[in-house]
Amino acid sequence: MTEKNITLKIKRQDTPSSSAYWQTFEVPNKPFANIISCLMEVQMSPTTVDGKTVHPVTWDSNCLEEVCGSCTMVINGRVRQACTALVDNLEKPITLEPMSKFPVVRDLQVNRERMFENLKKVKAWIEIDGSHDIGEGPIMPDQDRAKRYVMSECMTCGCCLEACPQFTLDNTFLGASTFNQVRLFNLHPTGEMRKEDRLNAVMGEGGIADCGNAQVCVEVCPKNIPLTESIADIGRQTTWQAIKNLFTK
Amino acid sequence: MMNRKKKIIIIGGGLAGLALAMKFCERNGEVTVVSYQSLKRSHSVCAQGGINAAIDAKNEGDTPEKHFYDTIKGGDFLAHQPLVRDMCYQAPAIIHLMDRMGVAFNRTGEGHLDFRRFGGTLYNRTAFAGATTGQQLVYALDEQVRRHVHDGAAKTLEWHEYLGAVLDSEGICRGAVIHDLRTDEIYALQADAVVLATGGPGQVYARSTNSVVNTGAAATTAYMQGAKYANGEFIQIHPTAIPGQDKLRLMSESARGEGGRIWVPRDANDRRDPKKIPESERYYFLEERYPLFKNLVPRDVASREIYDIVYNQNLGISGDPMVYLDLTHKSREFLDNRLGGILDIYTKFTGVDPRETPMKIFPAVHYSMGGLWTDYGPDNDGLIDHGSPRNQMTSIQGLFAAGEADYQYHGANRLGANSLLSCIYTGLMMARGIMNYTDSLEKSVEDIPSTVFDDTRAHWQNRFKDIKKMDGAENPHKLHHELGDIMLANVLIVRDNKSLEKAVHAINDIETRFLDVKCLDTHDWANPSPSFINQLYCMIHLSKIITKGALMRDEFRGSHYKPDFDMNQPKDFDPHEYIDYLEQKQYGEVSVKKFPADHLDYMKRFEANNEKWLKTTVAQYKDNQPEITYEEVNTSLVTPRPRKYD
Ligand SMILES: Cc1cc2nc3c(=O)[nH]c(=O)nc-3n(C[C@H](O)[C@H](O)[C@H](O)COP(=O)(O)OP(=O)(O)OC[C@H]3O[C@@H](n4cnc5c(N)ncnc54)[C@H](O)[C@@H]3O)c2cc1C
Ligand code: FES
Repeated sequence: MTEKNITLKIKRQDTPSSSAYWQTFEVPNKPFANIISCLMEVQMSPTTVDGKTVHPVTWDSNCLEEVCGSCTMVINGRVRQACTALVDNLEKPITLEPMSKFPVVRDLQVNRERMFENLKKVKAWIEIDGSHDIGEGPIMPDQDRAKRYVMSECMTCGCCLEACPQFTLDNTFLGASTFNQVRLFNLHPTGEMRKEDRLNAVMGEGGIADCGNAQVCVEVCPKNIPLTESIADIGRQTTWQAIKNLFTK
Repeated sequence: MMNRKKKIIIIGGGLAGLALAMKFCERNGEVTVVSYQSLKRSHSVCAQGGINAAIDAKNEGDTPEKHFYDTIKGGDFLAHQPLVRDMCYQAPAIIHLMDRMGVAFNRTGEGHLDFRRFGGTLYNRTAFAGATTGQQLVYALDEQVRRHVHDGAAKTLEWHEYLGAVLDSEGICRGAVIHDLRTDEIYALQADAVVLATGGPGQVYARSTNSVVNTGAAATTAYMQGAKYANGEFIQIHPTAIPGQDKLRLMSESARGEGGRIWVPRDANDRRDPKKIPESERYYFLEERYPLFKNLVPRDVASREIYDIVYNQNLGISGDPMVYLDLTHKSREFLDNRLGGILDIYTKFTGVDPRETPMKIFPAVHYSMGGLWTDYGPDNDGLIDHGSPRNQMTSIQGLFAAGEADYQYHGANRLGANSLLSCIYTGLMMARGIMNYTDSLEKSVEDIPSTVFDDTRAHWQNRFKDIKKMDGAENPHKLHHELGDIMLANVLIVRDNKSLEKAVHAINDIETRFLDVKCLDTHDWANPSPSFINQLYCMIHLSKIITKGALMRDEFRGSHYKPDFDMNQPKDFDPHEYIDYLEQKQYGEVSVKKFPADHLDYMKRFEANNEKWLKTTVAQYKDNQPEITYEEVNTSLVTPRPRKYD
């Protein structure tokens, strides 16, 4: 079952505006190899199967244990983290492509700035009075904490957005990860105080109403975050908010 | 006094950098945070187990003073005591702050913070958010910094690399040279102070528990610009990691904090499925050898014992360098709630579920106690004056360091869950001192001639031009691995001078071969190759600091174990005897009858050794080599004494 070499077909692109091209590499198959360790092998001998020496492939990674969110790419047609993609479990030859819903920087690197900008739009933070010592935080049942914890594991990797039919390279849809953050902060006793701001931010163009309910986001989330639950919940919260706005604004 | 906002550049968006950024903005300063990647992806997210604070939530009688003592003892008395004490006293407020910011810390039945045990202490002192505590802490601070960015007080330069400090004619730091990792542009930024919160150097060993960017290059560059580097030889080897090709993924100490047990089959030839091996045929060596601390001895102790089991007793599982870490006696629900994150990592990378089958683990390079030498301003109560401009300042005026990049808090061995604490503590604590430092400057950065900035910028531009021209035969990534292999083979858990000397020569060879490196990519857009070559150069120099420090330190202290200099503490020795001994000495003669002869002999040797070696190692860059000197350690609060954990 374990072959001696692994073939990687990699979609490359030198700059954001240049056109993409494919190159094929062969790397030795080592026990427990994953996609990042294979890319490291390419770095050590950047020669294609045609014997052409090329500049090494570039990609993003940092933690190598699926907790930083850097290394998202499309592997054999499916978006996922490359560091936990074990070669043994993948069909060969393996194809690697950059995500398609974000502008390519170079090769497998993309620019996910939009995700971070969206966090600003929905004020994904707790408005503390200051970092000076003013005593304990709010008391909270552990069940509520556990519910928040699952949501707070979102590492802004972008898998859910790559898979989402509604999210495109050039529209303004906020997407599942952002809605999940709204729910996360609205669930916190202090965060709840700014709940309305967050809900109003997801009620306009590109907001929750644009979600087409394809439900694929939850299938690709590497952290098993209950994204569809979050979307449904934010849907309900915004409905109430809309009614409230009718009476108060 | 200047009539503009004070502005600083913080290099690094891990816990230390983020904490400082938040605090400095709150104090109405202006902050630019520079990082290789999105701040949120910094290495601190890897931290799993938790963060320490003596809140005594379980009514065990824990106090900050005990936390202080455990930390000092864990570090084999090599840390400056007022700093550590101040950190431990601030810890409860830090946890409450992080809790207020929304960190999903696990909670008790009543809804308060829950705590678990960690190594080197007998108290439940570690707050935790599942098994991804570092990630949760980074996110909370990252969110606060994003809020300040949103409000215009902070600016981030992600995908930018710090290359070096800008020093004026008096050697004062006035800014930083920054490299845009996408456009390849290199430019100088002005600031009232620059802070290196650039994390640890695990990549010097090529394979470790650390993230890819942890090369220590920023700190090493500061060293080559004249800053002192301290205690470099003290590298923590974590006892429990998953063996692997690209990374040795950590299995957090919290696994043992929650009841995990370490064992090997008593019979080296026992090849049975671990679950089929009955209790009586298992050797729980840490529990047998350390009945008091059991599986939660400090990391230096645990790593040495595992090394001994595997290499001296030849008891590794199936003859391989591995031992079992067993959690299978705990319920699935308990494990998922408290350790889910790390158990998933194990499953993902090995295909084996640790809830069903004992994990196979081995020690791995994990953390650097050493780092840039930094100063501090003690007060009169055995704590720190938080307004002192000396706090966290390197030996280059105006250049500060914080987090894993500095050296001050963990002595010769760090206790688990104390690093996240020291990172956030330093970040928060130093803000006021930097403000005061800026006030004390005679000349402001605007008065510095622009040539100072232009020259430094040109230096780095030329350096990168030269790197791009390198067209030799060596692949820089292969050379990096060879450097790592040298370090792993010679500068690890058990050290001896012969191997260390060998390593010094081997590193010099690598340095020569470095001249023949090939820059694999010469594009000027999003090209990581030249940066990596520069980082490799720094790692070569950092490996020299570590190795030379280790070679010269002829003793056994904390993580630095040289069997040739082990003083062989008598089995029945009690550290209190040593306090008695010192007291008697103070009053005149030590009565020979009071102590067993071997104890007295040991205590005399211990005292003499401390006289010579209870010192901070200081490396300075001279003629391309580290020049090593030693400095006094502040032991003004508790008397250094022999460590004991059984
Ligand atoms: C797997 C693992 C688990 C751990 N678990 C725990 C734990 O449970 N409890 C605990 O207390 N400690 C733990 N530690 C240790 C702890 O995580 C680290 O010591 C700590 O997070 C370091 O934080 P930092 O802020 O100093 O630096 P880091 O988080 O490493 O951040 C460094 C920052 O500097 C930037 N940077 C560095 N150099 C440059 C440059 N030249 N230019 C631009 N940017 C640069 C990086 O991009 C990054 O943003 C663990 C460590 C590991 C490896
Ligand atoms: S490298 Fe961090 S998620 Fe893969």
